Amino acid sequence: MNYRMISHVLGWVISLEGICMLLPFLCALIYGEQNIWLFLICMAICFLAGIPLTLIRPRQKNMFAKEGFVIVALSWILMSIFGAIPFFLSRYIPNFVDALFETASGFTTTGASILTDVEALPKSLLFWRSFTHWIGGMGVIVFLVALLPLSGGDNLHLIRAESPGHSVGKLVPHVKTTAKILYAIYFGLTLLQIGLLKLGGLDWFSSLTLSFGTAGTGGFGVLNSSIASYSPYVQWVITIFMIIFGVDFTFYYCILMRRFKNALKMEEVRTYIGVILACVFLVCLNVSSQIPNIWENIRYSAFQVASIITTTGFSTTDFDLWPQFSKMILLGLMFLGACAGSTGGGIKVSRLLVLVKSIIKEVRVLVHPKSTIKVKLNGRPLEHETLRGISVFFMAYCFVFAASLLLISLDNLDFTTNFTAVAATIGNIGPGLSLVGPTRNFACFSSLSKVVLTLAMIIGRLEIFPILILFSGKIWKR
Amino acid sequence: MNIIIVGLGKVGQKLVERLSREEEHSITVVDLRRNILEDVVNSYDVMGVSGSGASLEILTEAGIGKTDILIAVTGSDELNLLTCMIARKLSGCNTIARVRNPEYKKEVQLFQEDLGLAMVINPEFTAAQEIARLLRFPSAIQIDTFAKGRVEILKFKIQKDSPLCNIQVADISQKLSCDILICGVERGDDAFIPGGDFVLRQDDYISIVGTIKDATHFIKKVGLKTNKVKDTMIVGGGKTAVYLATLLIRAGIDVKIIEQNTDRCEELCSLLPKATIINGDGTENRLLLEEGIETTESFVALTNMDEENVMLSLYAKTMNQGKIITKINRITYDEVISNLGLDTIIYPKDITAEYILRFVRAKNNSIGSNIETMHDILDGKAEALEFNIKKNAPIANQTIESLSLKSGILIACINRDGTIITPRGKDIILPGDTVIIVTTHKGFTDIKDIME
Repeated sequence: MNYRMISHVLGWVISLEGICMLLPFLCALIYGEQNIWLFLICMAICFLAGIPLTLIRPRQKNMFAKEGFVIVALSWILMSIFGAIPFFLSRYIPNFVDALFETASGFTTTGASILTDVEALPKSLLFWRSFTHWIGGMGVIVFLVALLPLSGGDNLHLIRAESPGHSVGKLVPHVKTTAKILYAIYFGLTLLQIGLLKLGGLDWFSSLTLSFGTAGTGGFGVLNSSIASYSPYVQWVITIFMIIFGVDFTFYYCILMRRFKNALKMEEVRTYIGVILACVFLVCLNVSSQIPNIWENIRYSAFQVASIITTTGFSTTDFDLWPQFSKMILLGLMFLGACAGSTGGGIKVSRLLVLVKSIIKEVRVLVHPKSTIKVKLNGRPLEHETLRGISVFFMAYCFVFAASLLLISLDNLDFTTNFTAVAATIGNIGPGLSLVGPTRNFACFSSLSKVVLTLAMIIGRLEIFPILILFSGKIWKR
Repeated sequence: MNIIIVGLGKVGQKLVERLSREEEHSITVVDLRRNILEDVVNSYDVMGVSGSGASLEILTEAGIGKTDILIAVTGSDELNLLTCMIARKLSGCNTIARVRNPEYKKEVQLFQEDLGLAMVINPEFTAAQEIARLLRFPSAIQIDTFAKGRVEILKFKIQKDSPLCNIQVADISQKLSCDILICGVERGDDAFIPGGDFVLRQDDYISIVGTIKDATHFIKKVGLKTNKVKDTMIVGGGKTAVYLATLLIRAGIDVKIIEQNTDRCEELCSLLPKATIINGDGTENRLLLEEGIETTESFVALTNMDEENVMLSLYAKTMNQGKIITKINRITYDEVISNLGLDTIIYPKDITAEYILRFVRAKNNSIGSNIETMHDILDGKAEALEFNIKKNAPIANQTIESLSLKSGILIACINRDGTIITPRGKDIILPGDTVIIVTTHKGFTDIKDIME
């Protein structure tokens, strides 16, 4: 293990977080809040911890896959810890475990909250809460790779460990340029949404925070009612942008490069859109008895389906009151998640697509035992390694799910609450059903359960293995 | 520049390693073998596309439309040529193909023009050329040519009793009365471009620049052998041996090839009627003694086994004082090999990669500038560049004394319509000249880069 290299990069991550706190500080200045020093103090803490670490010069510059995983896993844990300091110091969330849960929920773009009254928080803290979504959506490491003068090919290990999806390719030959392109697309789309929301009559603060929440597919709102009290126009803008941010960013790159054919050929994106349309249709039919107005019906259904499949977790209505069928569809979408290479969480459409195709293949092999059939994605046969990776990922997902479920059941809450709470955290969605439904929150859990769910969020965001690798004893040997 | 490399064999990987070090290149590699591709993509900052380079779809995916240079170095000559043809058709980029089959040797010129290939490279042939050049000048370790072959940079080692020991660079031309310039000195791991007061020592490797005649004269004065070897013994009768033997026989050097395989011996016999072909195991020292390893003036180990080549050369070294050349294909332990005390080691893959690199860099530079030739010297620590001087060049029409040059730069040679001038302070560079610059800076693209 190259410990010096790890410390060096972690130092940068913490310092960068300090720099990010400048924005909520400005927010506090603008709104003339009482506790203006809060974010300055937190910045100072980040710099005090981060800058000395960055000064550790790595003796060797080589970094292998294991270092990449460890750096990413540790930086997400550290980010959550340092990001929790403002909530804790301001005494708005007096329990550090709660603050940690809230911040991890922000960075992992989950959007699950333990706050009962969001509106009580000062604007700067709300801003920070939403901004963590934006930072976490595309990933800090991707941002660092675009800036840090690290040696070439090794950086890919970092991006690979952080980005969602089973195959992380590059858009262009250089890792750095790839990282820059991804951030440029992310930034551009966010700006577009901010503009559109502003046109809808929102103030700057709401447009910014809501856009951050949508872009990162996070789901923290700034009102207790989430998105319900905004105008239909705003709700539609958010619906569309949630869907946009759930698409693989390669799609946008292809469009920007005018490679429309490649973009349209992406099987995952097509399936994703198809699933959304189908689910909106089914939910519409199912809830039509509750919401008689057809346009309202479509608006609510589309919003909720988009919000859950992209793992954002905003809500415009209490879908916990919807009929069982609709709730089950939403629960299914929690597992499905968005596209690989997007900012969304979950298992990812491409993985489930491949799993389904594998099942079909297996059935066909049973019918024609000697036939040769390859599972294909985007018209290309998949390697055995890829298939194995996806199956193992799915297994690991189930195991982590079961383990978390077992641990939080100690609190003796009802099954629906426990099951959806784990599904909503590991899939980075946010709200679940019953006690953790869209109008409630996670405050009902004990501290132990909150720690378990916090870990589940980070495990889900980093797609399991970077965190599991930390528990391998061999990796820490010099 | 955007570069596509098709084929990730030894040369392909070497190219990726060298080119990806330079930031300005965007490299895409294409190979059929997924595991190798993945390995390369993981270790270098390049993009990988898996598939055949001769497929339209794959080339499009690799971004052929914006590519400046395509290098085809797969194991198959035909595939390389096909790839280059298709690439040329698609985008009109510069294409480089590796073609190694000796049977295509004569056809190369034909298809080079017709297929619009910018460069055809044959690793065995280039290695053979390099070896032949060294055998013609056995005292030198490395020879690079400039000004269409009129000027050479020669590298050799200062031996124990050489008159060059403990002498100031400024005094050399007086004492030895010859017109050459010392353009580089390697001492241990350091490399210098020596000033006038630099004192040479035993065991330094020095690089001199001059016309072939002056260089020969100088080397004679220093007390080293200058004439080409009279005979050579080659162990291993592969492609390189055939090319080498052909070149050497043409230069009037006696060639003896030891080859194990009887059938191959008969082939060699008909290919090289003037060479002596010995059918036997080259690792048997009795055979080597019988064939005169003690008396031969040079020995070249060209078998397919690197280890065997190293052992053979070490053995030859104990028996013989002549020039010994070792071919190494695969082994990458440079540090170990350089400590073995072998004379000259030839790495065909490095030579091939270097040739291609030189082309790439010259192309890179020739976009808006005027580099003729370019060589890495002093173990890659310095570059020797040949520039064309244009009419409005800032250094034209001034005495060299009056130019304010950056440090670590030497104007080594002026070529005026074929007349070679070793520049002194009062000389003037005129438009239409070509000048050779030796520099420790990297990435010069224009003659004005040498000015402060």
